[in-house]
Amino acid sequence: MADNASASSSSGTPSGLRAGLGQTVSGSDGLLQHENLIFEIGTPTKTGVDLPMPAGMPQRLGGLGRSQPPQLPGLSEPEAMRHYVRLSQRNYAIDLGMFPLGSCTMKHNPRLNEKLARLPGFADLHPLAPASATQGALRLMGMLSDWLLALTGMAAVSLVPKAGAHGELCGMLAIKAALAARGESHRKKVLTPGSAHGTNPATAAQIGFSVVEIGTGADGRVDLADLGSKLGPDIAGIMLTNPNTAGLFERDVIEIAARIHNSGGYFYCDGANFNAIMGKARPGDLGVDAMHINLHKTFSTPHGGGGPGAGPVVFSPDLAPFAPVPYLDRDEFGYYRLVEEAEGEAMPLGRLAAFHGQMGMFVRALSYMMSHGADGLRQAAEDAVLNANYVLARLKTEMSPAFPGHCMHEALFSDAFLKDTGIETLDIAKALIDEGFHPMTVYFPLNVHGAMLIEPTETESKADLDRFCDALLAIAARAKAGDPALKAAPFRAPARRLDETRAAREPRLRWRPQGS
Amino acid sequence: MRYLPLTPENRREMLKKAGVSSVEEFYDDIPVAARLADPVDLPFARSEWAVERAIAALAAENLPANAARAFFLGGGAYRHHVPASVDHIIQRSEFLTSYTPYQPEIAQGTLQSLFEFQSQIAILTGMEVANSSMYDGASASAEAALMAARVTKRRKIILSGGLHPHYAETIATVAGAASLVIERLPAAINAEAATLGALDDDTACIVVQSPNFFGALTDISAIADAAHAQGALLVFVFTELISLGLLKPPGEMGADIVVGEGQSLGNGLNFGGPYVGLFAAREKFLRQMPGRLAGETVDLEGRRGFVLTLSAREQHIRRERATSNICTNSGLCALALTAHLTLLGGAGLHALARLNHEAAILLADALVQIPGITLETPNFFNELTVRLPRPAAPVVDRLAREGILAGLPASRLMPDAGLDDLLILAATELNQPDDYPRLAAALSAALVD
Repeated sequence: MADNASASSSSGTPSGLRAGLGQTVSGSDGLLQHENLIFEIGTPTKTGVDLPMPAGMPQRLGGLGRSQPPQLPGLSEPEAMRHYVRLSQRNYAIDLGMFPLGSCTMKHNPRLNEKLARLPGFADLHPLAPASATQGALRLMGMLSDWLLALTGMAAVSLVPKAGAHGELCGMLAIKAALAARGESHRKKVLTPGSAHGTNPATAAQIGFSVVEIGTGADGRVDLADLGSKLGPDIAGIMLTNPNTAGLFERDVIEIAARIHNSGGYFYCDGANFNAIMGKARPGDLGVDAMHINLHKTFSTPHGGGGPGAGPVVFSPDLAPFAPVPYLDRDEFGYYRLVEEAEGEAMPLGRLAAFHGQMGMFVRALSYMMSHGADGLRQAAEDAVLNANYVLARLKTEMSPAFPGHCMHEALFSDAFLKDTGIETLDIAKALIDEGFHPMTVYFPLNVHGAMLIEPTETESKADLDRFCDALLAIAARAKAGDPALKAAPFRAPARRLDETRAAREPRLRWRPQGS
Repeated sequence: MRYLPLTPENRREMLKKAGVSSVEEFYDDIPVAARLADPVDLPFARSEWAVERAIAALAAENLPANAARAFFLGGGAYRHHVPASVDHIIQRSEFLTSYTPYQPEIAQGTLQSLFEFQSQIAILTGMEVANSSMYDGASASAEAALMAARVTKRRKIILSGGLHPHYAETIATVAGAASLVIERLPAAINAEAATLGALDDDTACIVVQSPNFFGALTDISAIADAAHAQGALLVFVFTELISLGLLKPPGEMGADIVVGEGQSLGNGLNFGGPYVGLFAAREKFLRQMPGRLAGETVDLEGRRGFVLTLSAREQHIRRERATSNICTNSGLCALALTAHLTLLGGAGLHALARLNHEAAILLADALVQIPGITLETPNFFNELTVRLPRPAAPVVDRLAREGILAGLPASRLMPDAGLDDLLILAATELNQPDDYPRLAAALSAALVD
């Protein structure tokens, strides 16, 4: 406290107080406890871990020992528990309520999956243990691969990528390698719609492709004429999300794939929205050459406040030889091993991370798939789509659907209904917080003005959907009436609106001792 | 299906509200030829206990570290104790089932813990700023190479022969695809200083590791000075985070970017993932850093709060001009790390690191008693390399059949490096006193047969 410059202005200041109620002496707000930084409550000599005393042997560090122990604060276990539990109570979470972030698929995270991922046979298994000691783990990876291939109708899968964007990197590197193998590395252009996730253009550019934007038609789908005008001998491929980020299925997808293939390019599908179609259609039947699958979206592995994720990539026969190392191989006796270097016909694109993927996520995802089964996964996709369409139907007269017709798993609105009210999309989002909901995705996709993208997922009950719609309709009515209070929402959250401009202009990215 | 709340009656009612007679109408846009009439050919739904039984049977086929008769595997993943409270904290619903803190008013728990995490990593590495984590140590290393190229506007990346082979290959793949020139030096135990031979005026960075893949320690100060004199950056890599509790911080030795693997604190072995990549740098390079950053600010009422900041570097804003394509990172693994480190505190981490070092000393002393074995790394932290009188891989396989995981043959990750006789072993606080004689006896027996 006293030794922290930043806290001098804020510690002792109440946090989490509902507006208008005044301050408490403690800074707490009933059950919502005030909590300082570990640097303000801990000391470097305190510890919550009892360790045996080191024997004091002469060190063999070649003179590279540090001059003093690191100046990091420690806490006893009870203090640490309170610190993190108090912090946790400042977070919204799926387990608290609806988390309809479009494009993020915030569905329920079954606890069976957590239990199984913690079995010592997986959780305490070293990645470099001999293959004879890891056959069960490798077999689980094989089973997960089989499920993913059956659901996507693709030829091969790499389990290596650690997140969606990492999967994009994997898939686009495979395309780059395939072009090189054809002697066509001059193909540099990658087409993406303006509605694409930012990771698509960022990935393509990172590995030397140039990004060419293709237009969106009035129906919210790829403008075929614009696509046609941009095809040519310099095309490496297309990165297309399907269902797209407007929550719409690209109905011309087979035609798009054919045109890309005819011009010598490859079709990378961003699989972020696979939840809408799992068990209903297979990317392999749509002309896709590579697609990542976000296990943390479609297959319910927890988002964990921003990861870890997992982004396995499925490949068409054309791209399969370029999958990265390591990959799984099973011999005629059912014995598994990881192939770490090119063998046979394979021309691996290289290596993308240490070891062989997010095993903890593989266990959870397979548990999820086995629990649902082929029938349950199909039902989950249908319910996700039904829930989104129900929300769309309930909101469409009072808000402004971005495009006409039904949607898939998410419903997209523009801010047209807010015209001349002085209220913006951000205000609607913040007002939803006061109603006890996590806001929808806002200002994405970029090609829809003031976008609000609502993805309820299949794990919301009708009662919760109704409560959400009731709240949003009431907020929309307040907005149309020009209620100025919306500009200052939220009022009932652990924090009020935060000054993001100040954070960026004077970055304070770490605690510093006073005077430094 | 136990995870689906809608009842048949709900579905009927909702379809009606949506103005359709069947859910199939929502799928009208899918070309008829691609529509699946029936579920795919996979097993149908199962009860919770049936799934548990099937997956637990797979787990039972593996040999976990704590079930081994003795365990000395490292090579970038280390067996350490994780306090029970850490696992409880990361299973709190509010952490486990939340997402990237896009709405800071209802994500202060995640944001404050990330701010504390960044602070801890910066202090521990001796650097000025750290980001809120990457996928793993190898991918963080590749990002460091890309960042060094952006900062210096140069193209050549020099990789030490002591770098973990997976890290070197990841950098070669990712930075190579960005048209950078990768010069990877031959694998060798004391390889860090040899990087200077490749330094020239197109060098963006030298990438060194300490303790390196073989466990050898290097004072990188002279390498950093030479790199700086040529206008290049020094990227420092570590795979064993706990080593920083006992060793001189890389920031004090002149590192410009420090990256590494954080699995050792708070995170289990997990057969290789999920892990947590760490990334720290000098503040003057801040705008070129990849990944998310939590920053301090105030709310409308002037109270301290935290937000994601400097996002103009990131893909969701900058798109094809972003510093990285990364979006999701390793949030929950970072939380486990920061909670474990908070429980330890500076003195606790220092003591834990000493215990690890002493375990490795006991290991070294036991190994050098065996005729024909020589210690190739006189200085080490908790991992070391010995030379056997014959190829190490068959010896390790034999010991594995006896339930002893004796370490990593160098040839496992570098089959063509001519290092077949080298065995890399790690010891940690979890090794028991009788592990060392048990390993030594088994090794001796394997070597005389």
